[in-house]
Amino acid sequence: MKKLINKPEDVVAEELQGIAQAHPDLVRVSMDGPFYIVRADAPVQGKVGVISGGGSGHEPMHGGFVGVGMLDAACPGAVFTSPTPDQMLEATKAVNGGAGVLHIVKNYTGDVLNFEMAADLARAEGITVEAVVIDDDVAVKDSLYTAGRRGVGATVLAEKITGAAAEQRRPLAEVAEICRQVNANGRSMGMALTSCTVPHAGKPTFELGENEMEIGIGIHGEPGRTRMPLKTAAEITELLATPILDDLPFKSGDEVLAFVNGMGGTPLIELYVVYNELAKICKGRGIKIARNLIGPYITSLEMAGCSITLLKLNDEFTRLWDAPVKTAGLRWGL
Amino acid sequence: MTISRDAVVDWIKAFADVIAVNKDYLTELDAAIGDADHGANMHRGFQAVLTKLPTVADKDIGTLFKTVGMTLVSTVGGAAGPLYGTFFIQLGSATTGKLELTMADWQAALEAGVNGVVMRGKANPGDKTMVDALIPALGAFKAASASNAALPAALRDAAQAAEQGMLATTPWVARKGRASYLGERSAGHQDPGATSSHLLLKAAADTWADNSGNVG
Ligand SMILES: Nc1ncnc2c1ncn2[C@@H]1O[C@H](COP(=O)(O)OP(=O)(O)OP(=O)(O)O)[C@@H](O)[C@H]1O
Ligand SMILES: [Mg+2]
Repeated sequence: MKKLINKPEDVVAEELQGIAQAHPDLVRVSMDGPFYIVRADAPVQGKVGVISGGGSGHEPMHGGFVGVGMLDAACPGAVFTSPTPDQMLEATKAVNGGAGVLHIVKNYTGDVLNFEMAADLARAEGITVEAVVIDDDVAVKDSLYTAGRRGVGATVLAEKITGAAAEQRRPLAEVAEICRQVNANGRSMGMALTSCTVPHAGKPTFELGENEMEIGIGIHGEPGRTRMPLKTAAEITELLATPILDDLPFKSGDEVLAFVNGMGGTPLIELYVVYNELAKICKGRGIKIARNLIGPYITSLEMAGCSITLLKLNDEFTRLWDAPVKTAGLRWGL
Repeated sequence: MTISRDAVVDWIKAFADVIAVNKDYLTELDAAIGDADHGANMHRGFQAVLTKLPTVADKDIGTLFKTVGMTLVSTVGGAAGPLYGTFFIQLGSATTGKLELTMADWQAALEAGVNGVVMRGKANPGDKTMVDALIPALGAFKAASASNAALPAALRDAAQAAEQGMLATTPWVARKGRASYLGERSAGHQDPGATSSHLLLKAAADTWADNSGNVG
């Protein structure tokens, strides 16, 4: 294992200390008790608090999305392991400005169970909590025989759009509904060129030959649904985009936000090659890419590979997407 | 024959040691069909439990179990945190105020614990989860006590049933948890959670059945 770390067990705590030192204008990092990252000005009175959380190793998600116009707090777990209910409870209390708190939960058993316990605890303390579970990964089929689709790329878009709605002081029910609608209209699929190494595991989660790739991966270094010989960017983009387009389905005349995400180890030059292919495919189907996001935003440590997310836009989503945001990971208009 | 409070503490400590020894093994199992963290998760949780134990060593068994459960909930994370946390919290609710456990007490506690895991995780038998070790273990323990077996024999039966349940998960396709994302590719691998559950019940049998010094 070759990593820029001190000790595997200190990675998350030291990363959080780094974030605290780097962005005191944006966030506070609470490390005395359960770990969480919170907006510097939290709680914002009268505003719905928007929280997310999950295992570490997906940076900049979620901690890098805490700030004005996006998340009020993020709860980082150990690498690829969901955080614990006490973190979520403390974060919920810290962002409660009297208008209730929304939990944005990626659909993984660990995240769902821990957030459920946290919501129960917060409600017992008199805080109104709603939760929206994000499950946009079309690589997972047949929900009856699985834990359901994973929450992947649409999470980033949901956090941005939902955060903008909360910033406009919309009530909790509306903010939650917007989040649900983003999830309902977003679809993703990912692929890996390499595996990745969880610091405390010390070796790659799976082995991938020089000329192999995994299609249908999630964001935890887990193997995907199929392994196949490496193909060109055009073929790979087709393999990812087709199931996404067919699933919603996205139709001719639709306007979309196209998000080409790097898994952590893939350079932007390759992501733009993929974006170019995606733009051709969308054009061929009469779908207009009205907004885009390209870069590593929901990563899987140093894994090489990418995911594609398409979100069907409406005027409200577009307005909320364009609204100002000021976080370490996304920043415009402020 | 009963299980003393000290024996309960010994079981928790023994399991923490077993987890420490099997940490890498559990993580390897999880690497094959999950995300390579089950061993690390359990180890982190039970190390925290070890530091908490002295603070409740003079309390009743119910308080002891609840403290173990709450500590797991707040330190393990993942799916295993709420699931094992709930297991121990339910053991605690079933043993409130008790300073020793009869065979019937342990059966009631185990039943409450297993039901707690099923309610929280909503897994069915055959989904390839820890439930596939826990449910057969509970069944075997009940069957043994129904046929008037002594406590040590019933504990052994439960551990053996858990082992068989664990081994049975290998050919199955997972339908719950992270492993279910793999579809058919999850077949051929033993479930990590069923493995840790077997180790938990084996530790109970090893501690309580073989170490007669603890069982009065
Ligand atoms: N719904 C469920 N019910 C019962 N047991 C489950 C369920 N889902 C998963 N498990 C068990 O949990 C084990 C995995 O635990 P682990 O500590 O690795 O959590 P995880 O799934 O990796 O969590 P996270 O997704 O947050 O990383 C599986 O091997 C399985 O036995
Ligand atoms: Mg795991």
